[in-house]
Amino acid sequence: MKKLAETMRNTKSWTKLLLLVLTYVIIQLLILFGIIQDFQQITLTTICINIILAVSLNLITGFTGQFSLGHAGFMSIGAYTCALITMRMPTIPGFILGLVAGAVAAAVVGILVGLPTLRLRGDYLAIATLGMSEIIRIVFLNLNITNGAAGLSGIPQFVNWPWLFVFTAGTILLIVNFLKSSHGRACISIREDEIAAEAMGINTTKYKVTAFAIGAFCAGIAGALYASYFFFIKPTTFNFQKSVDVLVMVVLGGMGSVSGSVLAAILLALISTFLQSFSELRMVIYSLILIIIMIFRPQGLMGSKELSLSMLSKLGSKFSFRKGRV
Amino acid sequence: MPILTVKKLTKNFGGLAAVSNVSLELEQGELVGLIGPNGAGKTTVFNLLTGVYKPTSGTITLHTNGVDKPIQGLKPYKVCEMGLARTFQNIRLFKDLTVLDNVRIAMHKNVKYGLAASFLRLPSCQKEEQELVERSMELLKIMKLDHKKDELARNLPYGEQRHLEIARALATNPSLLLLDEPAAGMNPAETAQLTEVISWIRNQFKLTILLIEHDMSLVMKICERIYVLDYGQVIASGTPEEVRTNKRVIEAYLGEDVNNA
Repeated sequence: MKKLAETMRNTKSWTKLLLLVLTYVIIQLLILFGIIQDFQQITLTTICINIILAVSLNLITGFTGQFSLGHAGFMSIGAYTCALITMRMPTIPGFILGLVAGAVAAAVVGILVGLPTLRLRGDYLAIATLGMSEIIRIVFLNLNITNGAAGLSGIPQFVNWPWLFVFTAGTILLIVNFLKSSHGRACISIREDEIAAEAMGINTTKYKVTAFAIGAFCAGIAGALYASYFFFIKPTTFNFQKSVDVLVMVVLGGMGSVSGSVLAAILLALISTFLQSFSELRMVIYSLILIIIMIFRPQGLMGSKELSLSMLSKLGSKFSFRKGRV
Repeated sequence: MPILTVKKLTKNFGGLAAVSNVSLELEQGELVGLIGPNGAGKTTVFNLLTGVYKPTSGTITLHTNGVDKPIQGLKPYKVCEMGLARTFQNIRLFKDLTVLDNVRIAMHKNVKYGLAASFLRLPSCQKEEQELVERSMELLKIMKLDHKKDELARNLPYGEQRHLEIARALATNPSLLLLDEPAAGMNPAETAQLTEVISWIRNQFKLTILLIEHDMSLVMKICERIYVLDYGQVIASGTPEEVRTNKRVIEAYLGEDVNNA
């Protein structure tokens, strides 16, 4: 019985690995044969960056229950740090250094901001994190080294599909592993009932700050990838609107569902790409779609469930059954 | 040998003395009841003991492994680390998590692997996770909840939720267990079963138990000693028999004697 369960788990993880490699190879081939062209590659990059942002914000907001509106602030720290380093060291090692430094800087700011603000709850915390990201934006707006409102341009471009894939898949895997561990469960217990969690020996402050730091770290990576791909950043790129965009993805996908966040990031990017031909009506249609989804799925696309292989195969068998009857 | 000594514990909320000058002493392995009319301050005493409130004055000392540790004013998770666990009057389970997760979370304070191991799911993490599941299942088996391990806590019937709370408290590996009205809302049959479970876990885990309870059938049956609280003060203490016949206790519960009025 135990052996059976183990082999099941092994086949499952192999299937997952196979799916990952397949995703990578298929998209790489599509790029090679020119089916995904430069324009679609921008959408692809946006999707990957948004996945990293949404999954990491979901860790803070959906899993640990700390309502944060400051994700764009962490993203901008990663973007500016990476940009400033790669502009002085325009090599691959320089880019890697910039990326790591950006992520670490974002995490450090996350800890510094988290320690005093995470004792606030709900809407108070949201306002505090919003204020924090505005402060970061205004700092970048006024520093000489960041070139103020004009922003930084001519950032060396290194990011392509392999980089994006490694960091997106890596972020998802690490966060999913974390959530499955005892440390992750400690975070989730804070969302469920903070008083009970603390009474059961969970250092709630420590785990709130931990979740905040991990989320900020990943947002820093997303920012670095953004800076290196789009080679131009300015403070307004990372304004309040950006934080809200990420929050929309998290809520739409389902608070507490990693696969929901991934799904929502892909869906929203595709919708806004397809809507580009309806220039004036674009935002109206986009908002309408959001409202309709929220009316019919108030818990988000996935609720708190995860997309799993068994769910897929169940769905598949249902589908083939229907086909068989027709 | 005492395991817990409380001296002159006082808690004021503004002008209200919710608890005043309460002194308690629990011997190793004792099962002690804390009773009193509604609003007497029983739950406030629990909240003071477990660090939810900071006492206005007074000391709380825990004696474990021959060392005296003052615990007044410590944060709840520190108090829990020192071996004091509790359940809640108004059940506070992690409702949207499974029964197994509820118990596993309470074991977190003894988990040794670090963050890096959890990100990469290193063998050290996998091995310890396996042990957590095994130990949780043992506890669930004791509380007869093992067949419901994958059920969400919110879907359990009321009585089983109470049992799960006890299992979760036991998972923190306590030496002193505080139960806040464990039989509240239970029918007589369920209460009788719970009474057996409580005395069984005390012997099995060599626990000291302090419990708040309104159900006198349970209190009189299993408590070796009882403290009676009224208006924040200890008005009587002793064996169930002594307390039952104590004049002040009868007055507190039923009002003063008509003849004296």
